[in-house]
Amino acid sequence: MLEKALISRGGNLMIGKKELENIKKKQSDWQKNCYSKHIKTHSERQKKFVNLSGNEIKNLYTPNDTTHLDYINDIGFPGEFPFLRGVHPTMYRGRLWTMRMFSGFGSAEETNQRYKYLLKHGETGLSVAFDYPTLYGYDTDHKLSRGEFGKCGVAVSSLQDMEILFMGIPIDKITTSMTINGPAAIVWGFYIANAENRGIDRRTIGGTIQNDILKEYIAQKSYIFPPEPSMRLIVDTFEFGYKEVPRWNTISISGYHIREAGSTAVQELAFTLGDGIEYVKWAIKRGLNIDDFAPRLSYFFNSHNDFFEEIAKYRAARRIWAKELKKLGAKKPRSLLMRFHTQTAGCTLTSQQPEINVTRVTLQALAAILGGTQSLHTNSMDEALALPSEKAARVALRTQQIIAEESGVSNTVDPLGGSYYIEWLTDKMEEETYDYFDQVERLGGVIPAIEKGFFQREIAEAAYKYQREIDNKERTIVGVNDYTTEEEVTIPILKMDEKGEERQINRLKKLRKDRNNSKYERSLAALRKAAEGDENLMPFILDCVHSYATLGETCQVLRDVFGEYVEPAIY
Amino acid sequence: MEKKIRVLVAKPGLDGHDRGAKVVARALRDAGMEVIYTGLHQTADMIVETAIQEDVDVIGLSLLSGAHMTLFVDVTKLLKDRGIDNVLVVGGGIVPEEDVPELKKAGVAGVFGPGTHCDDIVNFIKTNVKR
Repeated sequence: MLEKALISRGGNLMIGKKELENIKKKQSDWQKNCYSKHIKTHSERQKKFVNLSGNEIKNLYTPNDTTHLDYINDIGFPGEFPFLRGVHPTMYRGRLWTMRMFSGFGSAEETNQRYKYLLKHGETGLSVAFDYPTLYGYDTDHKLSRGEFGKCGVAVSSLQDMEILFMGIPIDKITTSMTINGPAAIVWGFYIANAENRGIDRRTIGGTIQNDILKEYIAQKSYIFPPEPSMRLIVDTFEFGYKEVPRWNTISISGYHIREAGSTAVQELAFTLGDGIEYVKWAIKRGLNIDDFAPRLSYFFNSHNDFFEEIAKYRAARRIWAKELKKLGAKKPRSLLMRFHTQTAGCTLTSQQPEINVTRVTLQALAAILGGTQSLHTNSMDEALALPSEKAARVALRTQQIIAEESGVSNTVDPLGGSYYIEWLTDKMEEETYDYFDQVERLGGVIPAIEKGFFQREIAEAAYKYQREIDNKERTIVGVNDYTTEEEVTIPILKMDEKGEERQINRLKKLRKDRNNSKYERSLAALRKAAEGDENLMPFILDCVHSYATLGETCQVLRDVFGEYVEPAIY
Repeated sequence: MEKKIRVLVAKPGLDGHDRGAKVVARALRDAGMEVIYTGLHQTADMIVETAIQEDVDVIGLSLLSGAHMTLFVDVTKLLKDRGIDNVLVVGGGIVPEEDVPELKKAGVAGVFGPGTHCDDIVNFIKTNVKR
């Protein structure tokens, strides 16, 4: 049965019944006498205006579009249920969002330098991009790593690389987000072990591991193990996290990649929240108390081109999450509030006239901020061509600083709250999300829907439609299908240290020779045994990490026990 | 009736970004070609083997990780080593302009970046297919 999207439909947003009747009448007069007359001589540019999710947008929104909303219950106040207006009572008046630039390339040494550069220029949180071998749990010298070292992120094959990556960076003060999924537990282990070796208590370190395997099957595709053992590992990190590393966000449930793969905003919202609910159910099934682990769940969304649709998406996400967590039994307010990171949409960047990407990124960043994001990455103008150069990354960071310091948008909480259009759209997206929840339910839940290729097909369909709209000029992309120039692209491209790979491979060889071999073999054997049983694997993984077992070696043990996932190829 | 152009759309290496590959696969199919999509994580051996088994006219490689200078060239080299010269190889993804001449020299006949019109790829293949 279709669930009613809103909590209560008794009241109205801002005005009394009598007033509303009056507005309704006036609006109908206006439509007849003013609007209709006007368009007879001055027609609108298009027959139909639609947003990126394909929703038709009307010419005007008025109190008549929000009559079903009850201010207290459906909109409310920031820091209180349903958290539509924000998760904190003061939002950016208290503290600005964290400016967290996703970066990583080449060797740990090079990326360490980039982090120091970004910190020097005012970024306030770190975010690690790993290369493909690392994302798949292979060491740099594995045969499948060929050609990939350091290409789309930094290579981290052992605790030693993690030590170098954060050398001279105060990880007791700054928080770090790590985009890692299949081998998330092991890479988190590297981070914890590195902190401990530096004399920092694991209970005090803060950060996030992405650790969201469901969206890997759905969209991003850097999975390793099949769903069942992957979910087990994730619940292991939830449990270990709230007990041992309580300031850590043990998951960042991600819509970003779903959107990048081509979904609409509504699909991003629906599929991501569906994944989030699935994780909660698995953890409850394990016997964890929802109010222990739920406060450490976090989210990650995309910010695409349709400005208001993006803002409505974030607002709807918070309200849905609060309601659903309540239904799942959460009692603490902290469990109900959705904190999220945002990244501007990489897929909207153009390789043509790359400098104009700065403007796209500015609008997308502004949408994320007006939507109440907790942290933000702004893409660099050159990312449709290569990894960002130092200067391009700095300009992207400056974009956030200009919004924060100069624009005044952070002076009040949820400045667009109460806009007839925004509230209508927020509500509409919520309703469509529940339609998707119902569809997934009918397919037997999230994992069966993945196995049936449901999400993958929905996304491929939307991606193709979007591309065709651009090809057919139904949608204008500046510099691509209109406003083009013949000017040659002259943007400087990042050059990596050519010696990086060799240095990394030599380091790995030396590590394997110098470490205490019986200790690392024992730790891997213990992990194997634990993986075959049902104990929480985090302590075993930490033992492996501390004994300098490499990422590849540790992951191989888990590959042996759990097997590997192979996806059906659907297009 | 003229035989349809057969295209293998392939994802070499570890890169999981398959949006472009899937969109292009559909566009080629809609343009009347027969399309085989390999799925993810293919080695050069697997791609060339599939190309032979499926008797394709074209291999379309897609890679967004930046490893194209290694992984695209692995495929063209293997084709040469096996004496296959009647298969057109094209590639797409995040490829800096300065890498394009070298890729062309190595046998990747066309390179298509973000923002490419699907029809441009279709036309390129129709014009350059070797048969």
